[in-house]
Amino acid sequence: MYKIIEAKEMVPNIYWMIVEAPRVAKKCLPGQFLIVRTDENSERIPLTICDYDRENGTVTIVFQTIGVSTTQMAKLKTGDSFHDVVGPLGRPSELIDTPIDELKKKSILFVAGGVGTAPVYPQVKWLCEKGIMADAIVGSKTKDLLIMEDEMSKVSNLYVTTDDGSYGRSGMVTKVIEDLVSEGKKYDLCVAIGPMIMMKFVAKLTKELGIPTIVSMNPIMVDGTGMCGACRVTVGDEVKFACVDGPEFDGHLINFDEAMKRQQLYKTEEGRKMLELTEGDTHHGGCGNCN
Amino acid sequence: MDVLKKVPVREQDAKVRATNFDEVCLGYNKEEAMEEASRCINCKNAQCMKGCPVAINIPAFIEQVKNGDIEKAYEIISESSSLPAVCGRVCPQESQCEGKCIRGIKGEPISIGKLERYVADYASQNGIKPQAAKEKKGKKVAVIGSGPAGLTCAGDLAKMGYDVTIFEALHEAGGVLVYGIPEFRLPKSAVVAKEIENVKSLGVKIETNVIIGKSITIDELMDEEGFEAVFIGSGAGLPKFMGIPGETANGVFSANEYLTRSNLMKAFDEKSPTPIKRGSKVAVVGGGNVAMDAARTALRLGAEVHIVYRRSEEELPARVEEVHHAKEEGIIFDLLTNPVEILKDENGWVNGIKCIRMELGEPDESGRRRPVEVPGSEFVIDVDTVIMSLGTSPNPLISSTTIGLDVNKKKCIIADEENGKTSKDGVYAGGDAVTGAATVILAMGAGKAAAKGIDEFLANK
Repeated sequence: MYKIIEAKEMVPNIYWMIVEAPRVAKKCLPGQFLIVRTDENSERIPLTICDYDRENGTVTIVFQTIGVSTTQMAKLKTGDSFHDVVGPLGRPSELIDTPIDELKKKSILFVAGGVGTAPVYPQVKWLCEKGIMADAIVGSKTKDLLIMEDEMSKVSNLYVTTDDGSYGRSGMVTKVIEDLVSEGKKYDLCVAIGPMIMMKFVAKLTKELGIPTIVSMNPIMVDGTGMCGACRVTVGDEVKFACVDGPEFDGHLINFDEAMKRQQLYKTEEGRKMLELTEGDTHHGGCGNCN
Repeated sequence: MDVLKKVPVREQDAKVRATNFDEVCLGYNKEEAMEEASRCINCKNAQCMKGCPVAINIPAFIEQVKNGDIEKAYEIISESSSLPAVCGRVCPQESQCEGKCIRGIKGEPISIGKLERYVADYASQNGIKPQAAKEKKGKKVAVIGSGPAGLTCAGDLAKMGYDVTIFEALHEAGGVLVYGIPEFRLPKSAVVAKEIENVKSLGVKIETNVIIGKSITIDELMDEEGFEAVFIGSGAGLPKFMGIPGETANGVFSANEYLTRSNLMKAFDEKSPTPIKRGSKVAVVGGGNVAMDAARTALRLGAEVHIVYRRSEEELPARVEEVHHAKEEGIIFDLLTNPVEILKDENGWVNGIKCIRMELGEPDESGRRRPVEVPGSEFVIDVDTVIMSLGTSPNPLISSTTIGLDVNKKKCIIADEENGKTSKDGVYAGGDAVTGAATVILAMGAGKAAAKGIDEFLANK
């Protein structure tokens, strides 16, 4: 069992937890992910590691409730436990393997969307610890859904934007990238993590701007160790497994349209299970009156 | 009774079982087992034992079944095998023990597999456990992977008195016995879990959720956690795809994914939160045991299922019994047929598989006649799901993170067949990680050989 040291709801539907997982905490690096299961019958849920404490043997995870399994996870409180935590999985961010001198010469821009701020954080923090302050754009639908502003502002030059203009700059993250560039900023590398659609449009823009871009893919997966192949993504003319070859890939080579279609694979099944959860036995097909 | 024929084993009716996940074969009862055992002529020079990769003393255990002393029979099997309830169910006996049986020359061989299964199930139902070691050696051995190779190696080492810990990457122990082979062929809680409990009762510890190569490396296990020897039984987990157009369409799965969802994650049960696609028309590409398992799973989930295989029935690598069961249940075999493209609709969902007819040409290096395309014979099978079952290869995660561990060009770990010794001192390997995808019993044989190798190594250390 993997004890939850602290749990809280950061903003509506986005949860933050510190979990005891000594083997993961000892080895993980920014960019890697883990898989959790709530109880002995639960689905395996992959989550990017948001922070880690090697000394205390803990990792931090942040997730949004989107289906039955994440809704179950959200019910866990401080002192409860996950049935399983396994990791670290995937390859660490490329930055980790780049010599510090080389990184110091680079101007790096991070772009985070919504809950994607969580996986961006350890990378920005890691750079900051090495003496590199990167620029970071954090986008949120609205002010009330913005997460980790304080944490991010400590480790980066932070630009916050909201889609509805309720806080910080106004508009999508792509607009902020355009603005920063037209304000005279020059970037050698962009790391974008967020909803697939956001990453697609960031990559499209940075391609036009000539900024090499890394994205972190979060496709459907089962084992996370290369066994099932559910997480196939097309990168250039190759098919890769996000779990072992990624999760980070060259954003200019990813086939986002295919990746987004693949994310829909179990929408019907998931929707049905969610109805079961929210409406009990009353409403999950078979009545003949509805679909 | 006709001594030339096996006592028939009871099975679930094909029509009934095609709609459930309960075990197909119901096994012998005591009378049937004793009657079958009485057919054994107890050869002095027992050929059956030579056909058994773990060399169970087959005539001796059958003799005890004949006498009705099932507990004694179990004791005899346990000396050689840690997983008799599994082997009795999934071993290809027809090409091993039963293939060598003298009775089989004129008539049918003794039903050794079904007898083994009966003995193991009897022991399990009556709480009979294998004997733990009396003296401990005080030396730690790590076993990587809790599949048939790892469980066997761990069980044997524990019986010798070693302090054994198995590291398993998934959340549940059992390896391919749990994620690969379906419930209807190998019941999980009634059979696999009990066999694993037996291995644990020998003193073996199992730590799940540890991925060697990621969570910790072999070098760290030896240098930091005090393990004096390591056995790698990590299997062949990586799925192969064909590399044809359309393979990333929605509705194309590896057999590994499909079976893992259904078996390990229990997605066949609608109550499981893990989803699975219940196709209406499914093509399973491949002709091995895994293909049969995937096909029969899809059938039970309500689909019309086609096996698409490029050679003819004679070359099907699956066990004859599995092919026979699949046919009885209504699986359609499209033989001498090879996919060339997977077709999809505008939303990216599979809506057909384009195939080409094949004919058999000259024998290839495997000795089987090579399938050759018949020009212009392309046709489309309407399907909404495609399951690729083309074999698996070892995961490079361990070999790429262990200093000084040699692999061959197929990424299989190079290990001595005799004793499992690898290029790295103190590190042994066996099973699919060494041979590439093979059978449960061959993996067990390798686990057994490596346990002996490790014992010799540690005794001389």
